[in-house]
Amino acid sequence: MTKIFETPLYPYQRSPDQDRATPARHPAVVVGAGPIGLAAAIDCALNDIPVVVLDENDKVSWGSRAICFAKRPLEILDRLGCGDPMVVKGVQWRHGKVFFRDRQVYEFDLLPERGHKRPAFINLQQYWFEVFLYERLKALAAEGKPVEIRGGNRVVSVRPHDDHVALDVVTPEGPYSVEAEWLIACDGALSPTRSLLGLDFVGRVFEDNFLIADVIMEVDFPTERWFWFDPPFNPGQSALLHRQPDNLWRIDLQIGWNIDKDKEKQPERVIPRLKAMLGEEVDFELEWVSIYTFQCRRMEKFRHGRVLFAGDAAHQVSPFGARGANSGLQDTDNLVWKLKLVRDGLAPESLLDSYDAERVHGADENLLNSSRSTDFITPKSDVSRLFRDATLDLAARHTFARPLVNSGRLSVPCTYDISPLNGPDEAALPRRTRPGAPAPDAPLGSGWLLDRLGGRFQLLAIGTQAPDSLDVDGVKVETLRVDPNDDPSGALGERFLGTASAALYLMRPDQHVAARWRTYDEAEVRAALSKAIGRS
Amino acid sequence: MALITSPNIVDPDDFYAELIALHQGRSKEESDAINARLVLLLANHIGDRKTLSEAFEAATLQERTEP
Repeated sequence: MTKIFETPLYPYQRSPDQDRATPARHPAVVVGAGPIGLAAAIDCALNDIPVVVLDENDKVSWGSRAICFAKRPLEILDRLGCGDPMVVKGVQWRHGKVFFRDRQVYEFDLLPERGHKRPAFINLQQYWFEVFLYERLKALAAEGKPVEIRGGNRVVSVRPHDDHVALDVVTPEGPYSVEAEWLIACDGALSPTRSLLGLDFVGRVFEDNFLIADVIMEVDFPTERWFWFDPPFNPGQSALLHRQPDNLWRIDLQIGWNIDKDKEKQPERVIPRLKAMLGEEVDFELEWVSIYTFQCRRMEKFRHGRVLFAGDAAHQVSPFGARGANSGLQDTDNLVWKLKLVRDGLAPESLLDSYDAERVHGADENLLNSSRSTDFITPKSDVSRLFRDATLDLAARHTFARPLVNSGRLSVPCTYDISPLNGPDEAALPRRTRPGAPAPDAPLGSGWLLDRLGGRFQLLAIGTQAPDSLDVDGVKVETLRVDPNDDPSGALGERFLGTASAALYLMRPDQHVAARWRTYDEAEVRAALSKAIGRS
Repeated sequence: MALITSPNIVDPDDFYAELIALHQGRSKEESDAINARLVLLLANHIGDRKTLSEAFEAATLQERTEP
């Protein structure tokens, strides 16, 4: 049977752009059809920004890669219209075990907070993730949305100009030129766009390698995350076992720095390592093997004129903690509504600088967390290892040491505390919903709050009056009225009111809070909206 | 809570002897591991982040002369 990642989904087809005398100019061009590029394209299409995706390949990625998707990205996918297939297919889990040397140190239950539509995270192979995004993109195109994906299109030259970016593209039928009003580079950690523009990508490389293997096996292991420090089957190193859909298991084995990568990827080297871990008697089939080196680095700026970098092209983190694809989705979630307002002439171009400010802040938070996990998992000095081992020893007997064990801190959404777009705050309201924060979900009637937020500016009026809609020099703000008594679980009140009886939130199209008050004041709301779109 | 740097242990000689006895007959490796566990246990007991930072600073600034 042909695997999904072996099937060409968007094979090369000749585009009329290739036969033009002068290059076609598209409002938006996305480079790269990975998870972030596809999400960017879907978001553009939903915003009626005509968009072309260029990808040198024609298939989804091979191997599970970014397997863990957190709640916030799932909420973003809901806004993009493809959260359901991901969650239906994905594996949900909340229990885990930590092992040190030959024994179990402790087990945990993540006890996710109640009152959210989406789980804390799911495990799903990146290729399924990309398939569902691609299917959404195709469905939007079939509905007449202005979105197109071109396989077998490799960008070989990027020339920025004041009002557009000129690209040279190589195809199986030869080269052609095309122009983009805005270029969104989602072409991965090795970003050719970044290299072609000669831009920096600085940070820290951790001198260690991890062997990752996707293994198909029928075993009755529980659906848990198992993490080993210094196990007998991989002495001095660490290991991770994670369940994915389709009887596929993901195994990560730390294998050190001075290795021959090509040799270590050969089945005759990989299979004995896996047998040592799983037991001689377990039957398994290898689906995919790769080796990666931890890197924590980012570009100094994500916006370079009309070129906008997102996902791994802009920032790369070590994998433990689900911060790669998850943060990339938060990038395009942040970017596309701003691009829409700028393109429509409703916001100044400088609004896009807030993409840089907010997402660099997000990247730094992820880099910090990811570096800390990496330092715990792969201690880089004798003393660092001494404290790591002492922490694990103590964790077996004393609960106090367990929060110190760091095998990856799972991604939580970034709050843009530093954002230039944030408006007034009302300090009496709960801190978690302050300006800059993504709105937490809550049950609402028979549905969910987040299903009713996003895609446009809104006033969330809880137990207070506000007009149905407001027009602020062309930007429409719609009101979502909520009765604070229609809150059977209490989650809405706890998350948005605290001890107050009423509140008014100005919500951004990406479901982040822009400003909040106790009651409606038109002049205040107008001023906050102007600030949130970079007009003042 | 400020870090206490004035005498605070009743019967200091007895405490000191117990601390040293802890390491008697141990290898360097065992002693290092005990010391690391001790730091973590005591740090958790103190809990207060500011006090801990003051202790870190006091432990690294050995050369500083007291006023």
